[in-house]
Formats: sequence, structure tokens, C-alpha cells
Amino acid sequence: MSRQVEERKSAASIWQGGIILGALAALCTALVATTHHYAEPLIKANEQAFLEESLKPVLGGIKYQNEIKKSMLTLPLPHGLPGNEPAVIYRIYADGVPAAALFVVSAPDGFAGPIKILIGVRMDGSITTVRILQHHETPGLGDGIDASKSDWQLQFDNASLTAPDRKSWSIRRDGGVFDQLTGASITPRAIIRAIKETLEYFEANTKEIFAAAPSGPS
Amino acid sequence: MSRRTTIAEKFHTGLWTDNPGLVQLLGLCPLLAVTTSFVNGLGLGIATLFVLTGSNMLVSATRRLIRSEIRIPMYVLIISSFVTCIELLTDAWFPHLGRSLGIFIPLIVTNCSIVARAEIFASKHRVIESAADGLVMGAGFALLLCALGAFRELVGSGSLFSRLDMLFGGEPSPGFAFFDSGFLLAILPPGAFFSLALAVAAKNAIDRRRQLERRNRRSRLVNTSG
Repeated sequence: MSRQVEERKSAASIWQGGIILGALAALCTALVATTHHYAEPLIKANEQAFLEESLKPVLGGIKYQNEIKKSMLTLPLPHGLPGNEPAVIYRIYADGVPAAALFVVSAPDGFAGPIKILIGVRMDGSITTVRILQHHETPGLGDGIDASKSDWQLQFDNASLTAPDRKSWSIRRDGGVFDQLTGASITPRAIIRAIKETLEYFEANTKEIFAAAPSGPS
Repeated sequence: MSRRTTIAEKFHTGLWTDNPGLVQLLGLCPLLAVTTSFVNGLGLGIATLFVLTGSNMLVSATRRLIRSEIRIPMYVLIISSFVTCIELLTDAWFPHLGRSLGIFIPLIVTNCSIVARAEIFASKHRVIESAADGLVMGAGFALLLCALGAFRELVGSGSLFSRLDMLFGGEPSPGFAFFDSGFLLAILPPGAFFSLALAVAAKNAIDRRRQLERRNRRSRLVNTSG
């Protein structure tokens, strides 16, 4: 008799707890949803601004009209570009015609893991600028590739597969024309190879790059 | 249950005698990770303060519904929704700060001092008192974050108050630069532990000196009267 009462009580208490928890969950969800509703447009705008800000250096002063984020092309592996992770291409249009392609690729054979590189390529196959986005190279040696540490990456400005010619795309020590970094040759070799492969990819696939439908991150 | 305390006493408790970071040593994960500069410390401090005040108020408002067997899920639910709101607001209005603090804003959820205040204080006090408790405890935590951030920035990077624009807008500001390259260790993870240890030691030293002074005064009183 008393056991039955107790059982009924505990059942009621479970229901009560569930209802309270459910109501609180609804209240909290409403709170988050409201905040999200007001914050989302601003967050979207910030993301777009941040992307444009970080791509600006490699745009080389091209006056573009398209929304960069919508021109994004994500290439899953295998994509033929350097790196063991999906590559990203941003397509830049000026006056309705293709003006440049910005590649985010990674050099897989850096001294300390992959090096993420941003490369801007004009339609004639020449480079606007190269920027290192992410690396783990040794401070004081390999980290000279960073734009904030040295001017090393400036030597790729305006370079293409014809100037210097294909055979000279290596550091001086290997018979090429590019400077190495004092005390570090693995890092520059990896980057130069990645840039060269990117230019070759662009040369071979220019039409396909600009014809493909946009594919942003899912 | 509610012992009446004056506002001054309350502040003294939150900022000094019962400081969540310095005395209770709670929330060390964000405390040690983000205090590489003053502005980071201030940003996370303010975010934590808002979460703590908000969650304290909501826990207190629903305290009559809270039952012991489901109180922890309720706290988690309340705290995580406030943290999500704060994260959204930071991304919307202070995008650079959000980027700089990164994962540590969502990680406020795991700051034990927030659950601790909900359990110890907010679930047993009125909304106003709980809000005050959240503000004061949050301020204590934020002050410690700022102090550690300023110290590590000064020693490690040789500057102070750099990039305040991340919080207050305007052009990127270098702050005050005192010397070129600082003592790098200070902004590396070990520096966080050293700085916190120094802060705790300093607080204990001050407390001890005060205690000695009080004792001296008392013995002098005894001497003169005797």
C-alpha cells in the first residue's frame, strides 16, 4: 500500500522534473535564438570583411566587383594542386571578366609540417603576391618566410613560369634564381615547389577554374 | 540564510578575501591561457562577468523550481545558453576580440567558478543579491585577468595596453611600447603559471603583513594598559 504510494510519488516527481527541465530548455533556446537573430547579419558581414582583408595583399590592386566569398571553389582531394588537404580557389572578376585566381594551397614538405600559402595569379599567369598564412617553421631560421619577419616572399611578385623560365624555379644553391634563407633551405624549397605547381595547375586548368560552379565550405 | 552584508564588505570578499581566481583558484584554464595581453584579459574578464551575472540571476529566478536531482543539468543549460549568447554578441560587435580569444569564449562554460556561484549562492538568494554576487565575483575574476594580462604583456612583449581597439574600436593601436623585445617566457605557457604564483604570493604577503600589524597593535594596547 505505502509502496504503491511511494512509486506513484516518484513517478510524479520524474514527470515534474522532466517538465521543468523541458520548460527551462525552451526558455534558454528562445534566449539563444533571439540573440542569434539579431547577431547573425553582423557576424556574416564581419566574416566577409575579414576574408577580404586577408586576401587584399594578394589582389595586387585589381578592382574587382564580385562578392569574393560567393566565388569560392573548394577542391577535394585529389585535386592536382600541392598539399594533402582540400585546396581553395577564390575567383576574381573585374568588369564581368575573369581577372585573377587566388589559391590557398599547402606545401606538404615544410621543415616542421605543412605550410599554408596564399598565392594570387593574374590571367597571364604572373603572380601578384605570395603570402604565408600558417606555418610552424623554426623561429629565427625558417620563419623568415613570414611577411612580418623578412622580405623574402617579395621576390615572387610578378614572377611567372616564363620569367624566370621553368628550369630556374628553385633556390640558387640548386641552380635556380631565388634566394634561400640564411641557414634554411628546406623551407624555401618546399614553398618554391608549391608555387611552381600551382602556376602549372593554373596554366593547364584556367578555363575549368572559371567555369566551375561555386562550392563553398559545407 | 541571508546574512546581511554591506556592499563594501561584499566587494572586499569578491575582489580580495574570496577572489575566484586568486583564492579559490577556479577557472584557471582561461585564466592561464588568454592572459598574454591586457586587452585579452579584459575581454575575457568582461565576458565572464556578463555570463556570471546572467546565469546567477536566472538560477536565482528559477530557484523555487530547482530540485536537487536535476539542478546540475539546469545550471549547465542556463550557463551554456548565456555563453552562447555572449559568443554571438562578441562575434557580432567585437570580431577581432572574438578571433583573438577564439575557443576560450565557448570554454567559459567550463569555468567552475560559475557553477560554483550558482550552487553556493544563487540557488539560495534573491535575484538582486545574486546579481550583485555575480557582478562582484565576476569583477574579481576580471581584475585578476587584467592584472595578469598587463604583467605578462609588459614583461613578455615590452608593451602595455596594445590593441585596445579590439574592444573600443578605432585604428589598430600599438599601446605604450617600453622596450623592443621582452622576456619571451612571460607570454609562453610557463609564464602564466609563474605570474599566477607571483600574484598569489603577493596577496599572501600583503595579508600576512596586515595580520602582523593587527597583532602588534593589539599587543601594544595590552602593554600600555598593563
